[in-house]
Amino acid sequence: MAISVKVMNRPEPEDTSYLRAALSGMALTFRHLVNPSKVTQQYPEEPTDLSPRWRGTHRMEVHADGRPKCVACGLCPTVCPANCIRLVGGEDDQGNRYPIVYEIDEFRCIFCGMCQEVCPVEAIHVGQHFENAEYTRSRFVYDLDRLMEQDHPTTLLWDPSDPSSE
Amino acid sequence: MESLQPISGPWALIAMSLKVTIIFGVVVLVVAYSTLAERRVSAWIQDRRGPNRVGPFGLLQPVADGIKNLLKEETLPATASKAFFVLAPMFVLVPSLVTFAVIPIAAPLPTPAGIVDMIIADVPIGILYVLAFSSLAVYGVVLGGWASNNKYAFLGGLRASAQMVSYEVALGLSLITVLMMSGNVTLTEVVWQQQQLGMWFAFPLSLAFILFVISAFAETNRLPFDMPEAESELVTGYHTEYSAMKFSAFMISEFGHMVTASALMATLFLGGWDLPGTWDDAFWHEGQLIRGFTQDGVIVLANPAWWKTVLTFGGFAIKTSFFMLLYIWIRWTLPRFRYDQVMALGWKVMLPTALAYAMLIGGTILVLDEVGIRWGFSYGLALTAVSGVATAGFIFFLDRGRTIIGAAGQSRQKVSITGISQPATAGD
Repeated sequence: MAISVKVMNRPEPEDTSYLRAALSGMALTFRHLVNPSKVTQQYPEEPTDLSPRWRGTHRMEVHADGRPKCVACGLCPTVCPANCIRLVGGEDDQGNRYPIVYEIDEFRCIFCGMCQEVCPVEAIHVGQHFENAEYTRSRFVYDLDRLMEQDHPTTLLWDPSDPSSE
Repeated sequence: MESLQPISGPWALIAMSLKVTIIFGVVVLVVAYSTLAERRVSAWIQDRRGPNRVGPFGLLQPVADGIKNLLKEETLPATASKAFFVLAPMFVLVPSLVTFAVIPIAAPLPTPAGIVDMIIADVPIGILYVLAFSSLAVYGVVLGGWASNNKYAFLGGLRASAQMVSYEVALGLSLITVLMMSGNVTLTEVVWQQQQLGMWFAFPLSLAFILFVISAFAETNRLPFDMPEAESELVTGYHTEYSAMKFSAFMISEFGHMVTASALMATLFLGGWDLPGTWDDAFWHEGQLIRGFTQDGVIVLANPAWWKTVLTFGGFAIKTSFFMLLYIWIRWTLPRFRYDQVMALGWKVMLPTALAYAMLIGGTILVLDEVGIRWGFSYGLALTAVSGVATAGFIFFLDRGRTIIGAAGQSRQKVSITGISQPATAGD
């Protein structure tokens, strides 16, 4: 619902009447009283529509065979201003680097989205999602498996029609 | 016709106990649900939906509120006067609930044991009882404001006392016209005379109706007269220091006053439980339940029935809820008056108007009786015409007189600078 500014044309004091103003005010409130279209969003029943650029809970992209796309380059823990990403990298026998430990503390995270911007292989993303209530604080440290399980849409940090911002 | 006798003996005791229990329960229930109604209607007025989470359509919200208030911590300010601090909510709560006892709620109900009046106590002092008890409520407000030892609460209590006293005068004077018409102070008789007149007192006593509604708003401390609470000026006024169930008692009493005042307005001016037509009329006249008189003064007996009781109770409930809705509707429309505006309206407008109107109606009744017009529809029409002129004059005066000047009106007081004399220079 758009917010607009209404310029009030205040009448001259000689033209004002409390009685008429009160009655017209009551007519106005009555029109709103019977008006069936309300602005309240019935949140749990009606899902909220988030902006495509909403930055919420992280998710890790996976390959078709179920491996994480992350190559453990270490850019995201370096760029992270809140220092909330813990990464321990490893290397398999073919020489491919992969994360042994990849944890994001969602409490420390400030959801700036710089990890997604910096990621060279588009593995880590912030997502269009905010319903992440838990019963314990420890559950807010998301490990690699948990990040890979997330299936909400990822954030569009830039215009999809112009991905390289040219 | 033995069944047309009033109920007596042990059955009367049972009937009375049932009536007290049921009416008290219904009043408390209505009070509880009026808090929900207030929140829902205010939400609808503001294009919101209001509380609809607890139970279907939020219908269990009052229960949740009650549990919350019972479980919350009771605070007792260290500097408060403890005894009076605890007493004050009771002083407010009790008068607001006991006033309902004298209001007739439906046509008499016939039972095999006799006829049961649908009123708890048909006391001969009727309206005086209501006025006495509704005046008592201000003691609780003042006591709570004083005992809290808090300057905001104290100011709220002081305002309450001044406002209640001011508007009680106009309230009583507008009631005088009703008493002149009914000739008695019992509310059953007020309802009966409206049935006999063939029209509700809102028409022949239109100006008294308007004055009474305005005064009732002031008496119940509802917006635009909520000076004792005035949350934008006095935190929450007289109940600033109260919490949990004590605070809840103040809220319940506010809504209890609303319900009682609504029922009273319905009874005094909209015929109480009376429905259009004479089929439901019933009144105890010299030991007989009568429906009216023929042209020759012969008694016509009433024939009460359970469905008449149910229908008339429905009528009473609709009239009362209309006033409840009016209360809520006005609260969420009009902003609060300034204190001087409240006092000016009470003493400079309401009081003289009510006094002059009481004299006008008294004179008109005297003339009509002298001319010899029978108490009936034409009698009411004549009074309606007189009152209509008075009401039109009152509204014209209020409209033109600018008794309540808004913020825009204050620009008239701006000082206009016509010329500035040059200051004398040192060389002169």
